[in-house]
Amino acid sequence: MKLRSVLLALLVIGAIGGTAALLYAWEAPIPSIDSRSAGAPDRAKARRGASLALLGDCATCHTAPGGLPYAGGLAMPTPFGTIYSTNITPDPETGIGRWSEAAFIRALRSGVDREGRHLYPAFPYDHFTRVSDDDAKAMYAFFMSIDPVRSSAPPNELPFPLNVRLTLAGWKLMFLRQVRFVADSSKDEKWNRGKYLVDGLGHCGACHSPRNLLGAEKASASFEGGEAEGWRAYALGRRSQSPVPWDEAALTDYLARGSHPQHGTAQGPMANVVDNLSLVDSTDVSAMAHYLASLGKGEGRKDVETAPSGPGRLPQAAGIQAATPSIPSDSGGAIYAAVCASCHEGDRALPLGGVRLGLSTAIGGETPANLVNLVVRGIPASTGGSAHPIMPGFGDVLGDRQISDLANYLRTQFAGKSQWDGIGKAVADARVTGELDSATKSKRFGEGP
Amino acid sequence: MTHAVSRRGVLAGAGALIIAFRLSGAHAQTETGTGGKPSKHGLPGSLDDTPRIDAWIRIDASGAATILTGKAELGQGLKTALLQVAAEELKLPLARLSLITADTARTPNEGYTAASHSMQDSGTAIRHAAAQAREILRDEAARRLGVPATSLQIRNGEVFGPNRMRLGYGELVRDQMLTVDAQQTSHLTSPADFVVMNQPVPRIDIPAKVTGGAAYVQDLRPEGMLHGRVVRPPSYGATLRDCDVAQVEQMGGIVKVVRDGNFLGVLADREWTAIQGMRTLAATTTWIEQQALPDSADLPAALMKLPSHDTTIHDTGNPGEPGILVEGTFSRPYLTHGSIGPSCAIAQFGDGKLTVWTHTQGVFFLRDAIAGMLRMPAENVRCIHAEGSGCYGHNGADDAAADAAMLALAMPGRPVRVQLMREQEHAWDPFGPGMVVKLRATVGGDGAIADWRHEVWSQSHMMRPGPPGALIAARLKADAFPPAPPVALAQPEGGGDRNAIPLYEIPNSKVVSHFLPDMPLRGSSMRSLGGYLNVLSIESVLDELAARSGQDPVTFRLRHIEDPRAREVIETAASRFGWAGRVKRSESTGFGFGFARYKNLEAWCAVAVEIEVPRQSGVVRVRRIVAAVDTGQVVNPDGIRNQIEGGILQSMSWTLFERVTFDRTRVTSVDWSAYPIMRFDSVPESVEVRLIDRPGDAFYGVAEAAQGPAGAAIANAIRDATGVRMYELPFTAARIKRAVAVRSEG
Amino acid sequence: MTTLTINGESRSIKASPDTPLLYVLRDELALNAAKYGCGLGQCGACTVIVDGKAIFSCITPVMLLEGRTITTLEGLGSPDAPGPMQRAFLAEQAAQCGYCIPGMIMRAQALLNRDPHATDESIKGELQPHLCRCGTHMRILRAIRRAAEEMKLKTADARTRR
Repeated sequence: MKLRSVLLALLVIGAIGGTAALLYAWEAPIPSIDSRSAGAPDRAKARRGASLALLGDCATCHTAPGGLPYAGGLAMPTPFGTIYSTNITPDPETGIGRWSEAAFIRALRSGVDREGRHLYPAFPYDHFTRVSDDDAKAMYAFFMSIDPVRSSAPPNELPFPLNVRLTLAGWKLMFLRQVRFVADSSKDEKWNRGKYLVDGLGHCGACHSPRNLLGAEKASASFEGGEAEGWRAYALGRRSQSPVPWDEAALTDYLARGSHPQHGTAQGPMANVVDNLSLVDSTDVSAMAHYLASLGKGEGRKDVETAPSGPGRLPQAAGIQAATPSIPSDSGGAIYAAVCASCHEGDRALPLGGVRLGLSTAIGGETPANLVNLVVRGIPASTGGSAHPIMPGFGDVLGDRQISDLANYLRTQFAGKSQWDGIGKAVADARVTGELDSATKSKRFGEGP
Repeated sequence: MTHAVSRRGVLAGAGALIIAFRLSGAHAQTETGTGGKPSKHGLPGSLDDTPRIDAWIRIDASGAATILTGKAELGQGLKTALLQVAAEELKLPLARLSLITADTARTPNEGYTAASHSMQDSGTAIRHAAAQAREILRDEAARRLGVPATSLQIRNGEVFGPNRMRLGYGELVRDQMLTVDAQQTSHLTSPADFVVMNQPVPRIDIPAKVTGGAAYVQDLRPEGMLHGRVVRPPSYGATLRDCDVAQVEQMGGIVKVVRDGNFLGVLADREWTAIQGMRTLAATTTWIEQQALPDSADLPAALMKLPSHDTTIHDTGNPGEPGILVEGTFSRPYLTHGSIGPSCAIAQFGDGKLTVWTHTQGVFFLRDAIAGMLRMPAENVRCIHAEGSGCYGHNGADDAAADAAMLALAMPGRPVRVQLMREQEHAWDPFGPGMVVKLRATVGGDGAIADWRHEVWSQSHMMRPGPPGALIAARLKADAFPPAPPVALAQPEGGGDRNAIPLYEIPNSKVVSHFLPDMPLRGSSMRSLGGYLNVLSIESVLDELAARSGQDPVTFRLRHIEDPRAREVIETAASRFGWAGRVKRSESTGFGFGFARYKNLEAWCAVAVEIEVPRQSGVVRVRRIVAAVDTGQVVNPDGIRNQIEGGILQSMSWTLFERVTFDRTRVTSVDWSAYPIMRFDSVPESVEVRLIDRPGDAFYGVAEAAQGPAGAAIANAIRDATGVRMYELPFTAARIKRAVAVRSEG
Repeated sequence: MTTLTINGESRSIKASPDTPLLYVLRDELALNAAKYGCGLGQCGACTVIVDGKAIFSCITPVMLLEGRTITTLEGLGSPDAPGPMQRAFLAEQAAQCGYCIPGMIMRAQALLNRDPHATDESIKGELQPHLCRCGTHMRILRAIRRAAEEMKLKTADARTRR
């Protein structure tokens, strides 16, 4: 799939680029400014911008592992090659210190940098194009108010002709619709606010919608589920596979706190999103949840056993783990009973406890990617002084066949669905992305912030 | 000051120093449970309680020596250090010495192995007893050889006389020869002649620990041993409503289920079976719980509202002098000891007698408590120390011993091993108490501190056994014991108010200790007791005073301290660090300094740190730490370095990460996910420890010397890097980030 | 009955197949090194090497280990003949209470077997699952570096001799 995409991309973009580029692609540089000459920052504006930057999840991509926030350098593997995020601190040499407000807004909404170069759509300007003038200006004020960091990202690793930025003009011609957000007057203010954030800055569809071969979101299949860094971004709305259908209250809770007793904890790239959302105004989070809830509900599972409310069913000091149940004869079931059950049947409250697996979308969902990622890598320990779940990874203990058996057992037992398609490949992929992850992890410990 | 050996009265002898000693007249209840009373015999260290020389040193016919100590190895290197002291004074090679540690049937009673007192108490006693034993053997040789004792030389356990006459200790020793009380004076070896002391002798306990030897009580497997597990209630004061004992008793491999009031335990042939039985029993048990815990959202306020016994522990001049005012309310949450190995014990009952192998810090007190709990005569209970995982104070060791004793009584004849589960160790730990310090100080126009007022709120830091009610099992069993009464450790060592009296020269100062008899959460002794928060608060305010009056923090400290040893550690740390020429490598760089003399009585320690803390992230990365320490006479320099390094890193973890969490009913920080501590991503890039050599001086406790200064240095470095002063521990990235944001709004 | 290969020896295990390896090592085979710390895979005290990878023995049931090669700390050397990693920990006196050390050694050994040129950064990253409460981290890192140097020298030595 990846190889084919690249080849197609080369052909199509090459062709379009040839004809359209000269007409369409040229963007003029915007003169640089001397950021030191700028007056005192407008604190209120910058504060609003800080919150918008969190809603936009900017730090997640614009921060290298262990690096300073917004200083860039994160490697983003795409089907087309590796792109490194840029430094968006106001450092004049390596960041955006010489960018005027107009240059910033053009980059945000049109994907063109100050010098006039097209930006790769890994930067979701196809969403940010909806951002209002006021919000874009507030974000500019915020980014210009933070400490400058001198740090250059490594050059992108892309094959010809993708490394020629002019070809991006062709992509934009095909897929970028530069439209500001227009409120739907038939809906209330909260819904419109939610939609503005979800479709615009929040760029939820960037992960939760499927993409075509050229890496553009399929407009016809919004929120039907997508991929992000080897993780499945679940379908939202009517296509949601969550065993317990999401409602507005659950969405609000989940987005604000990163977990919900009936749905589990956010993992993978979504963990960063909820970390950021935990810091913004709760009315914005409620609005996003309100809009997302309006997309409709999945069917859920009728026979699902919901999680107990309140403190864990078992007295904690008597054991946050349950006794191991009797071991069935099939391989997957035996592994579940001997390896998983003691924590996942311990009923310790989320987010630190193991979710009851009948509630897990990873098991009931569209692809096995997240389930297998969690089994292989677990949830590694982090530091930072706040409680954080830890799940040991079992990739070094379980063989590929055992992981497949386990995943299929969990699928049939807890989701009541037939065995996974393509489980073997999912396991192989999880091992590869797991290795990549641990490679960046060990790099991270070397570089102090 | 207790048991310090004075250098006054030192007379030069033939290669030896004759040292007289004196004892202080402190009468307070002490953290070690011994001392603090008027001297009985005028003897140094623990010799005063146990003056008989053969209580400490025995020599057999082969000339090998057995050393006995009432103190315990806690991973601090005590065994090696005591053997070094004994070998030095006995003039025996280390290989010919063996050591017996705390055992109620065999060793002297030296109270608790606590308060950094072991070298002073036991090291001093063994040193003097060994020196006197050597003299006794030499005198015997002189008698047998018919020559004056002064003509004899001693090397390697042999006494050499004129004309190649020589007699080994084995030949010289006779029954009862060392069954004599120690004399008031000892002929101690001169530091100039040391061959074993002041040497980095490798620790004797490490080889087994790195090769899988039986190094811990967890590793003992007496014949016929059963595995026990307990089911703890879910919260303090919970009472058992119902449980299904029969269901568990029917499980294969379960030998017995024990229920006694609210105490529940299972016994099995295999450890995993015991755990499965415990989990099954727990799942069938229901409890009645109460909402009795304070509001954790504002713990400092909750603590300050509690009834208190107030004592002014220091009052000089006229507090309230004007000047540039600095004030702050500092607080720390409850902290858990966090032993990596949950507590464990083995107990065996038979013929009316109970033996317990335990990693308690006080075998004699534990013996009394267990005997009380089981209503047995104390002489029928024997407690033997066996190493556990590091405890850092009063952890679950005593509780596990009581649990094992309860279960052993139910299965006479069989040794019973109990190890607590992680969540039991975490939830039922006698925490280092949550505390508050309110400090208000001014610096006058002359740049000197004009005024100082320090108030500290804390519950007891001393809830160790002795009273049976200090043991969880004793509180749970049907004929339950009342909770042990709260103990306020008095000055000069203090408990919550340890190190609350500033060592600096301040003309107008007042220090008030608010002792809280209530114990919202179970609490007891944890490394440095109140010293950590008091030092962190004092040093933070001192730093702030220096900053507000435009003075360098180190110069400002030196300006206010006369004690030459304090000055020397401060100056040494500063110069090794390059304090005066320090240059920030980035805007995120911060430098910080901290100093204290532990308890104002023990080792002197100064710490300088360089950190990076980007204001956008609030994540503290420690680049460089330099510490200087004066611990008096050094026995094992590498051991001291190890203790200081460890103290610094543990204090970093307390300062940046740690907090016991709870709701209104239960403790919720029951594992490492809920109670994060330092992992390898947060270790400093370098730690350097400088020792100040004090040949011939007394021993000053070192294990708790670094915690206060290290925490303070980090707090001050955060201030230096970000401009914000942090008050509420732990100083997590999120809190620093928030504080920076609030300030920049300011 | 399960058969396990531990430190080069084949051992028949009576414990039920769901029993975590830790309890089999300690309880049935009387091997002391692997320690119970949390039973949750959060602290690393129980770490052993299985087929070259460091794993938590406290959460690994023996039924998954039939036919696989298990190495515990005891397999790296003895008090009389300690292995290079053990020698390095002794030389650096890299222990206080020492309870966490066997697990640390096993993870470090697995890393150096896989990558003898592991950098300081990758050593720290690798040890992230492990906790030490005494604050012996600096010494542990020094000991692993020392072992790495010694193992590198040995490899170089063997190469030149060949």
